[in-house]
Amino acid sequence: MAEGGVIRVSGDSEAREAVGEYKAGWHDPENSTIRFDFGLSEEVVRQISELKEEPEWMTDIRVKAFKHFSERPMPTWGNMSMLEEIDFENICYYLKSSDSTERDWEDVPEDIRNTFERLGIPEAEQKWLSGVTAQYESEAVYHSIREDLEKQGVIFLDMDSGLKEYPEIVKKWFCSVVPYSDNKFSALNTAVWSGGSFIYVPEGVHVEMPVQAYFRINAKNMGQFERTLIIADKGSSIHYVEGCTAPSYSTDSLHSAVVELVALPGSHIRYSTIQNWSSNVYNLVTKRGIAHEDAKIEWVDGNIGSKLTMKYPAVILKGEGSHAEVISVAYSGEGQHQDAGAKIHHLASNTTSKILSKSISKNGGRGTYRGMVTVSPKADNCKLNVVCDALILDEGSRSDTYPTMEVANPSARCEHEASVSKVSDDQLFYLMSRGHSEEESLAMIVNGFFEPFTRELPMEYAVELNQLMALEMEGSIG
Amino acid sequence: MSGQSTLLEIRDLHVGIDGNEILRGIDLKMGPGEIHAIMGRNGSGKTTTANVIMGHPDFDVEKGDVILEGESLLELEAWERARKGVFLSFQYPQAVPGLQVGNFLRKSVASIRGEDEAKGSVFREELTSAMESLDIPRSFMSRYVNDGFSGGEKKRFEILQLMLLKPRLAVLDETDSGLDIDGIRTVSEGVNAAIRGTDSAALIITHYSRILEHVQPDMVHVLLDGRIVASGGPELATKLEERGYEWLKEE
Repeated sequence: MAEGGVIRVSGDSEAREAVGEYKAGWHDPENSTIRFDFGLSEEVVRQISELKEEPEWMTDIRVKAFKHFSERPMPTWGNMSMLEEIDFENICYYLKSSDSTERDWEDVPEDIRNTFERLGIPEAEQKWLSGVTAQYESEAVYHSIREDLEKQGVIFLDMDSGLKEYPEIVKKWFCSVVPYSDNKFSALNTAVWSGGSFIYVPEGVHVEMPVQAYFRINAKNMGQFERTLIIADKGSSIHYVEGCTAPSYSTDSLHSAVVELVALPGSHIRYSTIQNWSSNVYNLVTKRGIAHEDAKIEWVDGNIGSKLTMKYPAVILKGEGSHAEVISVAYSGEGQHQDAGAKIHHLASNTTSKILSKSISKNGGRGTYRGMVTVSPKADNCKLNVVCDALILDEGSRSDTYPTMEVANPSARCEHEASVSKVSDDQLFYLMSRGHSEEESLAMIVNGFFEPFTRELPMEYAVELNQLMALEMEGSIG
Repeated sequence: MSGQSTLLEIRDLHVGIDGNEILRGIDLKMGPGEIHAIMGRNGSGKTTTANVIMGHPDFDVEKGDVILEGESLLELEAWERARKGVFLSFQYPQAVPGLQVGNFLRKSVASIRGEDEAKGSVFREELTSAMESLDIPRSFMSRYVNDGFSGGEKKRFEILQLMLLKPRLAVLDETDSGLDIDGIRTVSEGVNAAIRGTDSAALIITHYSRILEHVQPDMVHVLLDGRIVASGGPELATKLEERGYEWLKEE
């Protein structure tokens, strides 16, 4: 066993209550059953796999991925100086806070339940959720799925259970969309992944209501490396919703997820995210889907918090007639950099894509749109549309746009629009003359700017996002 | 209908912007239920007067006071004035893309008249009848505030807000500009409905006398180079229409 790889039973960690700016920044005292010491080695990777009683092929992938991670240099784009600040030795790569995955809410330990009750999950479930999986630290502690879904043959599990119960399906698709060698952080995730969702929708099944998962980081220096795999079989459809909030801590945290979507012919996957990490979190996520013939993949992606986000939801349009949409918003406040965008590859004929990116920067925040759309030589009659809008709220804030289009087939129809705007005093005065304070008026303008995104969300997420933005606008004047 | 009480009093008001004096001592008194008109050419200070009453932050009040129901407005921000009952119908209403008209109206009514007034069937009925009287179709509710509105739609939307917000004092800045005759008639009916027979008051700021044929003012004031140079009854508007503003300069 390597020096860092000690299994420790603890409940002793100091839980410093972070008070102040970040509204969702409360946390429960750490009450971890098993946690590893800081730092990463091949031993730690093997131990994680062993502890989870994984098949050998998974252990092998983890180890290969770890080696790749160790050798791979940092990305040379995004925000290099922020990336260099990540101290991989000061991150705990595995922490299990509850012994088993629960399906009955009442069996979930009380302090963890309190956390989720403050997030409103059970109530939401009663109303319209078709299933809940909630990730607390590294392990899903709560998981339920409504009976009608189970009857339809839909599999909705946390990723660890998915691997245990459906090893063949997982083996077939795991790393098929995002190879571990894709980038440094997909390698890291593959080496140490824990939790996440595993969903399989059988042929022809339409999951009518959105299924959702919440992810939270609740331990200091806790890296979170969830892994999600969604497979929509022929002619099926699903809308998956992921909402993230995290408590505020004084040391940096790393969130590095991988999400793989497989949309088989004629299927439709929509994946919606609102992430509201506290402003010390590195959010370095690889999200990619493959759309087969006549399939449709939509990423609806909202990035509100974090210190640095680098995230470019991608779709590979592999099958003829497939369609991709990426709608994203990013909000960057003080000390924050949102480097986000989209990637779409048109590999087949008659494929269409649409990218809408909206970013707001405030108090010196920095927003970057980084996008890439390619059309391969063999792909005839493709249509692509890219719109990116930026709203800058004050002088010191910054917005950059890096749109790349590589079109190798002359039959493609490409449209690209970009705009940068500022909030005018006259706009504020108009709204204030209708009885709204300056902060309320600014929130109205900001939420209006985000509206093309918000209207794509389930209602309670839309409400939550509007409230978040209103909170962000408080004290932003002057 | 005048005299007993004062709703709005403007007292020796001097206003500048970027060091240039625009208003050079304006005095005006209005009672409840009264409609006054301020007429003047471009650059005479009309829009400045409207903006200063509403509390636009760009203008510096160098001297004087604006008093609503005995209370000075000058220290209040625009939204506080709105909640005290001041309303401005803008000459150039601002677009807010993504903010739906219906949602905006409900929020504005809630902030000015109170949460209870913006709820339920009573509000919906009020909204529907105001929209009907202004010939505004239902589809308007899901559009974005002033975004892509025609000139006439913007003005009708201002008057719709006037009718729903029920202010104590409505200032209408060039509400007639950009409207055809039917539009002026419709908008005027809205103003009459909101003010006549109530104890609110309206100050109509205009270049032309056309709107005043439909909204009979109790008083007409003529603004020239930042001063009120003449005040009188409705006949003063007719005289201005016939003779222009030049004769006032000579007097």
